[in-house]
Amino acid sequence: METIVFSLLNGTIYGLLLFMLSSGLTLIFSMMGVLNFAHASFYMLGAYCAYTIMGVTNFWLALLLAPILVGAVGMGVERWGLRKVHANGHVAELLFTFGLAYLIDEVVKIIWGRTSVNYKVPESLDFTLFTLYGSNYPAYRIFILFVSIFMLVSLWYLLKKTRVGLIIQAALTHPHMVGHLGHNVPLVFMGVFGAGCALAGLAGVIGGNYFITDPAMAVQMGPIVFVVVVVGGLGSLEGAFVAAMLIGILQTSAVSINASFADIFGFLGMTATSEVGGITIASLAPMLPFLMLVLILIVKPTGLMGDREV
Amino acid sequence: MTNIKRAVLAATVSVVALASAATADVKIAFIDPLSGPFGPSGDAAFTSYKLAFEKLNAAGGLNGEQVELTGYDNKISPKESLVQLQKAIDSGVRYVFQGNGSSVSAAIIDAVSKHNARNPGEEVLFLNYAAVTPAFTNEACSFWHFRFDAHADMKMNAITDYILARGDINKVYLIGQDYVFGEAVAAAAVKQLGEKNSAIEIVGNELHPLGKVKDFTPYIQKIQSSGAQAVITGNWGQDMVLLVKAAADSGLTIPFLTFYGGSVGAVAALGEGAMGTLYQVNEGITNLEASPEQYALIEEYKDRFPDYDYYYHRAFLAVDMLKAAAEKAGSTDPIAVANALEGLSINGAYGPITMRAEDHQAQQNLYISTVSDDVKYGVDNIKLGWKLVDGGSVSAASAEEPTTCKMERP
Repeated sequence: METIVFSLLNGTIYGLLLFMLSSGLTLIFSMMGVLNFAHASFYMLGAYCAYTIMGVTNFWLALLLAPILVGAVGMGVERWGLRKVHANGHVAELLFTFGLAYLIDEVVKIIWGRTSVNYKVPESLDFTLFTLYGSNYPAYRIFILFVSIFMLVSLWYLLKKTRVGLIIQAALTHPHMVGHLGHNVPLVFMGVFGAGCALAGLAGVIGGNYFITDPAMAVQMGPIVFVVVVVGGLGSLEGAFVAAMLIGILQTSAVSINASFADIFGFLGMTATSEVGGITIASLAPMLPFLMLVLILIVKPTGLMGDREV
Repeated sequence: MTNIKRAVLAATVSVVALASAATADVKIAFIDPLSGPFGPSGDAAFTSYKLAFEKLNAAGGLNGEQVELTGYDNKISPKESLVQLQKAIDSGVRYVFQGNGSSVSAAIIDAVSKHNARNPGEEVLFLNYAAVTPAFTNEACSFWHFRFDAHADMKMNAITDYILARGDINKVYLIGQDYVFGEAVAAAAVKQLGEKNSAIEIVGNELHPLGKVKDFTPYIQKIQSSGAQAVITGNWGQDMVLLVKAAADSGLTIPFLTFYGGSVGAVAALGEGAMGTLYQVNEGITNLEASPEQYALIEEYKDRFPDYDYYYHRAFLAVDMLKAAAEKAGSTDPIAVANALEGLSINGAYGPITMRAEDHQAQQNLYISTVSDDVKYGVDNIKLGWKLVDGGSVSAASAEEPTTCKMERP
């Protein structure tokens, strides 16, 4: 019972963080039709910016400023980079973001060093909120939960209930029509790209000190985010949400399962001492998202809720 | 005009030539992660070697020859290490230091043996200061490999003896990194606990991916629900720091008996909670009684590299032994030095160290320590530091383990 509760709680938090990252990516994808390979790099930038801002002022200001800063960088990239490359087609855009990811990686290493920085949870949030089954639960995790849910609700409200959201949704599917109606479509694109990057930056701000802030965080997070977007269905926010929660909970709970292949397939005569039988479910945890990716692509190439092929 | 340009060019070239001639007597490579999740571990060792070789050069060098130390970043990948090793050998390196990651060391031992077989007269020595998979000085031993750190079985022996002596630990949880070293640690723990006292129950034996886990909370919660009274781990670098950080966040306060609790940032991550819960076994800690020269060295290191603490004592020992061997051999030729290293014994700051001839495994005292606030030197820039536990001193003789090595000599 306690295992299930903890797995659900930790999995939900991890899933929400994943969603915050992938929501921006999936928005940008629906808009430009191109996967932004540099998306996880903006997540890293967010964490590092927050670390620097926190050093000068405090965490709360960092929480506000870092995403804005990262969003501004994202807008700049769209305005002076992607927009020019866009004329040369999707492949050029893809290569552009690919190169950008490496560029940001190196810039981060030059500015903040090649090893991890000591980006800490703020003291005002560094306490035990409650004790569950003899295990302390840190307040910062619940804080992540609330920030994520707040972001989720605001994003939903913005896209579904406001005029801005209406124009964005229209521009995503019928950019020419929206342009003819007198709206500045390039501006909308720039805004969405910036907002997507800001969301990744926000995930970096609250995820950087929950996990660890080092130059490898983008490379390690990148593949998982793509899995979320593809499994959820390219361009579908709802799908990304479901996929993120699924992967978060699946990966976290797999770690707490002690069973090995021998326990599961014992009836087939597999023993715990054999090469395959000795593999435990827990050790498979890092592989599960990718297994899911492969299976989804075979069974339902559009993803859980997407409407277009990958 | 052209003449002036030529003259300037000629002058520059000759200055460069002079400069390189003055420094390049003996070239030594340091191949370890200098970036990424294990970057701090590699960099802390690299800075130790930097200081040790600076002191060596100032005191007359290696048998009168100046040493040039170069760091190569292997990103903890065996494949990348071989590329860096070739690069180093191509630039004239004859001695290679490496330690982080037994998977890397295995690749280097293999590559160095092949290189030496194919290039007689251009032999390269591999000086391993931290990769402690027992096989390297047992069934897989090599004449070209010397280990300056106690191997996993020796360290585990100290830990299991300590558990028995405490008497209050009956359930033990093993967690380690999923590669050859983590497997070796787990195997040593299972074997030794079984042989010494079958009443001690191993309630968990778990391996996690190397350097990939960002949040150890699920593992910690598993340890909590297993009812374990102590954790044994060989984790190092980021895996060590994040493991104890997650333990602190979840309020798990059982003893963590570690090989590398001294990894940069682990004590800071635990804070006050580290006292009496974080233990490590190694070849020496700064708060042991020592000579004024040793204290001066500790302080000079901290002064020069404020991000780290004097931790890699064995790095300084290795350089001292190399120096003694070169003088004994009267040469800096790797084969002569290797022969001189065999059986060589010097006095370190915390006791004598001897390089056992039959398997090239250094024999030295081991010390079990825990974190305390009543210490001369803190770590991680806080006032907490390592302090010897009662009965935590293990003499070189009792730390010694037999070997199965049958060495082929050139």
